[in-house]
Amino acid sequence: MFDHGQPSYAEVNKDILSTMLETGPKYWMLLGMTMSVAGICFFMPWIYQLFVGVGAAGMNHNAVWGSYLSNFIFWIGLSHSGTLLSAVLHITNSPWRKSIYRSAEAMTLFSLMTAALFVMVHVGRVWFVHWSFPIPNEMGLWPNFRSPLMFDVMAITTYLTASSIFIYMGSVPDFAAVRDASTGLRRRLYTIFSFGWRGTAREWHTLGWAYTFFAVFVIPLAVSVHSIVSWDFALSAVPGFHHTIFAPYFVCGAIYSGTAGIVTVMYCLRKFLGFERYIGQVHLDSLGKLLITLSLIWSYINILELFTTWFGGTSYELEALSFRLTGFYAPLYWEMLIFCAFVPLLMLFKKIRLSWNKMLLISVLINIGMLTERFIIVATSQPRKFLPGAFGFYVPSWIEISISVGSFAIFVTLFLIFIKWVPAISIYEVKETLKPLRRNV
Amino acid sequence: MSTFVEKLRQYSKPGYYDEFDYHWTMTIDLDRCTGCEACVVACQAENNLPIVGEERFAQSREIKWIRIERYWEGEYPNIKMGFIPMLCQHCDDAPCETACPVYATYHNQDGLNTQIYNRCIGTRTCAVYCPYEVRYFNWFTYTWDEPLEQQLNPDVSVREKGVMEKCTFCIQRIRIAKDNAKDDDRRRVRDGEVVPACVQSCPTEAMLFGNSKDPEAKVSKMMKNTRGYTVLKDLNTTPSIVYLKKVHA
Repeated sequence: MFDHGQPSYAEVNKDILSTMLETGPKYWMLLGMTMSVAGICFFMPWIYQLFVGVGAAGMNHNAVWGSYLSNFIFWIGLSHSGTLLSAVLHITNSPWRKSIYRSAEAMTLFSLMTAALFVMVHVGRVWFVHWSFPIPNEMGLWPNFRSPLMFDVMAITTYLTASSIFIYMGSVPDFAAVRDASTGLRRRLYTIFSFGWRGTAREWHTLGWAYTFFAVFVIPLAVSVHSIVSWDFALSAVPGFHHTIFAPYFVCGAIYSGTAGIVTVMYCLRKFLGFERYIGQVHLDSLGKLLITLSLIWSYINILELFTTWFGGTSYELEALSFRLTGFYAPLYWEMLIFCAFVPLLMLFKKIRLSWNKMLLISVLINIGMLTERFIIVATSQPRKFLPGAFGFYVPSWIEISISVGSFAIFVTLFLIFIKWVPAISIYEVKETLKPLRRNV
Repeated sequence: MSTFVEKLRQYSKPGYYDEFDYHWTMTIDLDRCTGCEACVVACQAENNLPIVGEERFAQSREIKWIRIERYWEGEYPNIKMGFIPMLCQHCDDAPCETACPVYATYHNQDGLNTQIYNRCIGTRTCAVYCPYEVRYFNWFTYTWDEPLEQQLNPDVSVREKGVMEKCTFCIQRIRIAKDNAKDDDRRRVRDGEVVPACVQSCPTEAMLFGNSKDPEAKVSKMMKNTRGYTVLKDLNTTPSIVYLKKVHA
């Protein structure tokens, strides 16, 4: 479990709390940098787009959905393993979950927020976006409950709420630890955050069952969210979207990219926050095995998708398929296959699974592949639907590319703020994994 | 519980109606269509369609509620050309209607697939779901140079950026005809009383418009023509536009 020897209880507190309580100039520089990148690359183009209209992006009459939507799916996908993985591993009693789950859940939260931002960027009149919520109004109007987008609004807000509660509930004892270790304003704040946690047996018991309850509650929710995102596509008749396999395909792809995202985040936490002691080979090994499994499932579903399209044999579907495999965006398609289906097979070797640098590279490649997968789904199917006379083409504009880059900066900014407010590793659960101290007799 | 079941049954019907008042239908005789695009221009004038300019046209962001699609058959020199005027098919089972999260597009009492500009938030899902690609998005707010703004049709709203729009079967003309019918103490609109701009302008009279619920209407008779077909029938959208096949000599 621990690569560099087992820490004592006091050391656990000290190591993890120091990342919150001690802030160096490097942190501020990094935060300033990501915030300015987010401002310049994301918010400034967006404000420009708000003034002129969505025409600032590269979409056109034939391709009304573009990279904003593919980015939206990507971020929703990335959100998928945090809470889901944490919940599944909690129920299956896997001890290696304990030092990584807090950051993974934070990842869920922040990528969901980034995804929600992309919805705002995508729609034509964002100032009316609240109409998609069932808010009572003087016209007596409801949203359309037949619309998959409506399901989406419901599913994502529910998932966001449930994940927030899940991560908060798991952090309460740690907030108490922060309270006990700090003074002044911070102490008063964390007194409120920790709900007056004292660590009595009853409190631990209540937390335990509440946490397990939420873990069970969150799992179907997570599966439903990405199924519903896939229905935005699959419920249309568009060739290339209209597959029954889409729901499991998206869920599997989401967990896949999310797990790869966790590896990337683990690497950064270890490197920059000095968590070498807590995040070790066992985590890397387990995540690597999980990634191989997911990559195999993902490849299988991809083959199935190709097969059913070919087997269906309608001219629309075959046309869409041949454009995807050999058309303008074909290089992206084959790149996706290499990054998501073949490169991960390297992890079959234990040597590669245990090397941090190689795993970082593979995990980043997987996420690049998944990003292009979503782009291909949006950009190759929907501009070429049924009528050849209305076939179109789509290339993202520089504004779209800039906003995509900026979204990563937003994610990192949120994460940087997070590590100063919440212990990035669960203190009390790490302590649970320590072997009992030997008593000097 | 029984009211709940009733509600469910009601919701399963397209547009939630048991029966339409009118069922506005169009027939387009492709044998007569010369591809002159008079209908395109007429629609542009009637419905306040913006003139987007050369650059935006090249980006395929033009707004044409009706467009003429050209199809070639065979290889040169034995080549045959066909035209299909493509406009909103006002499907009875429209894929776009289920897609909109805010009910900006719905089916009205006249069997029309309507678009409420004020309600649209611009998710553009309807345009993705539409198999005929006849929904047009306002990528920008367009303006009319003086004195062109003087010729805007006062019966049709001018749309702002971020709103989806499409053919309405000239709903403003339908409304006026219904109003006139009401004023004359008649119960129904007479056949031929409503003529959309495209139908009115067609020099070869390739297009016919009318209420297909009236068995005596010209359009109902034309629909029964053996050359009649609907576009992309296998998608089961039940369009309200019947095309009459071009017969090659």
